[in-house]
Amino acid sequence: MTAPKTLYDKIWDAHVAHASDDGTCLLYIDRHLVHEVTSPQAFEGLRMAGRSVRSPDKTIAVPDHNVPTTVDRESGIDNEESRIQVEALDKNAKEFGVHYYPVSDIRQGIVHIVGPEQGWTLPGMTVVCGDSHTATHGAFGALAHGIGTSEVEHVLATQTLIQKKSKNMKVEINGKLRPGVTAKDITLSVIGATGTAGGTGYVIEYCGEAIRDLSMEGRMTVCNMAIEGGARAGLIAPDKTTFEYCKGRPHAPKGAAWEQAVEYWMSLFTDEGAHFDKIIEINGADIAPVVTWGTSPEDVLPITDIVPEPESFEGGKIEAVKRSLDYMGLKAGQKLTDIKIDAVFIGSCTNGRIEDLRAAAKILEGKKVKDGMRAMVVPGSGLVRAQAEKEGLADIFKRAGFEWRLAGCSMCLAMNPDQLSEGERCASTSNRNFEGRQGYKGRTHLVSPAMAAAAAVTGHLTDVREMIS
Amino acid sequence: MRKFEKFSGIAAPMPLVNIDTDMIIPKQFLKTIKRSGLGVNAFAEMRYKADGSEVEDFVLNKPAYREASILIAGDNFGCGSSREHAPWALSDFGIKVVVSTSFADIFFNNCFKNGMLPIVLPAEQVEILMDDAEKGSNARMEIDLEAQTVTSSDGSIFSFEVDPFKKHCLLNGLDDIGLTMEKSSSIEAYEKKLEFERPWL
Repeated sequence: MTAPKTLYDKIWDAHVAHASDDGTCLLYIDRHLVHEVTSPQAFEGLRMAGRSVRSPDKTIAVPDHNVPTTVDRESGIDNEESRIQVEALDKNAKEFGVHYYPVSDIRQGIVHIVGPEQGWTLPGMTVVCGDSHTATHGAFGALAHGIGTSEVEHVLATQTLIQKKSKNMKVEINGKLRPGVTAKDITLSVIGATGTAGGTGYVIEYCGEAIRDLSMEGRMTVCNMAIEGGARAGLIAPDKTTFEYCKGRPHAPKGAAWEQAVEYWMSLFTDEGAHFDKIIEINGADIAPVVTWGTSPEDVLPITDIVPEPESFEGGKIEAVKRSLDYMGLKAGQKLTDIKIDAVFIGSCTNGRIEDLRAAAKILEGKKVKDGMRAMVVPGSGLVRAQAEKEGLADIFKRAGFEWRLAGCSMCLAMNPDQLSEGERCASTSNRNFEGRQGYKGRTHLVSPAMAAAAAVTGHLTDVREMIS
Repeated sequence: MRKFEKFSGIAAPMPLVNIDTDMIIPKQFLKTIKRSGLGVNAFAEMRYKADGSEVEDFVLNKPAYREASILIAGDNFGCGSSREHAPWALSDFGIKVVVSTSFADIFFNNCFKNGMLPIVLPAEQVEILMDDAEKGSNARMEIDLEAQTVTSSDGSIFSFEVDPFKKHCLLNGLDDIGLTMEKSSSIEAYEKKLEFERPWL
């Protein structure tokens, strides 16, 4: 009998195309997602070396980081550098013959939302992209992680990646979540508990009742931020919820192939007794709606808490917290719910899916954005946008005073014109609160979509539980 | 890729923890379609004021550290985005080695692809090197990848671990893609097996 294996062990073993004696492996890549920012130098490298894309049919490209999200974007991109980058992707996709969703296509959107939506992402796969939030696809029980541009070029040329195996870490969220607590609160709370380097060197498997209870959208939110915890990837074992989500998607298998695939996918779980190098257990009922107060995703606290004292930390973190509070314009001891907000951003690969928009719209129904604030919703894809319009969510957002935008990464990283101004403070459903992330000297508080909507209504960070019956 | 050779250089102290890749190269500089020329933008938002003038007390703006080729950094250096623009910017500035207690995974890998060496040492050793770096431009450190050692300005020697394959590639300036293509028969055999075992892919 073979030794019990973790889910990660199983996917890893199924993808080793070559193993060297020192443990360095060539890992076969089933899906390679490509966007305009981290790929131009890789395609150029192929061109210079006279190489082609080995498997264009496994390569999917979509522009997302730079694209404007205003409805007039069909008329072109004003910023010259952004335009050149998107045009380079257009040209490279055509020249190398990879699947492509241009800005004009309704299926265009954030690469990590488009992949699952189109059925490119399936259980048991290896998925890579020149973007750290590739971890999102782990929600399907796919081994998915971000890579650098040199590795993008390597995958384009060889359909493999030179890798050494990571260690196994289990994050178990037991029991049920309380009302008002979402997948975003789970993933932020885990990072708060482990730190941004707590997962370094590991692949995390999320499990437990609270994870099982999540929809695919929620699972994607959890895995999306595995990278903020330092892990190479996050994984959730596929189950009925996963199969139902995948079934019928354009690039999912059909008929007999579907049956065969599901049979294989059912074998993708961690065996009883398999070894984990690190285990974190959290009681779902102990998780509250959380917000970040600093400039690292580990700077997370329940909304009912206060801004911490720098001296309550240890080592180099003390100086980092002093710097954070100065940057954020906050004082230790201040109640988090007293922090006034200037802007609200709902979107990103973390929280730009239909369920996220539903959760925010539920809070906003019949309410208005506080005077003087700006608020925007950027759906994760053209199809999410269309669905939200069909469900009447767009009307709720618009009536409340939100801008209703086209799909893209937008203010999550502010490479397009959607940026915070100096000192502007934002409740954001995105994934990083780093200095300057959403705009030069902009201030970011990471929250769930429902918490973002609540802050939009009150004008300050708010406990969403006070707004739900 | 150029070969990584033994060298001695100025080390700049950056004790801040969690220096992320947004700090190393802010997003407005990711719009390039080239790899070169990013050094002037490295640490841009910490290094320059809004009017473009230099922030005097930023370490790499200080006269002693303008020629630094080594960074001694706080924990978890290079966390965040996968942008390879971060090592490109550091390398273009002249940084060949970063020493820290820990690095984020993707940044760590990206360094090796660009002829740079990230060195992990225990906290107490990083602290000694941090103090050494504080001495300024007269305190040069020596990096010897072959011997896997960092030598501080007073001659103390610290040994570090490095993956043998990555070391081999750095020392010989080898191109990963070329190496992998030598194994194309393994990739072809895997693809044949895949067609049979998981035909829906």
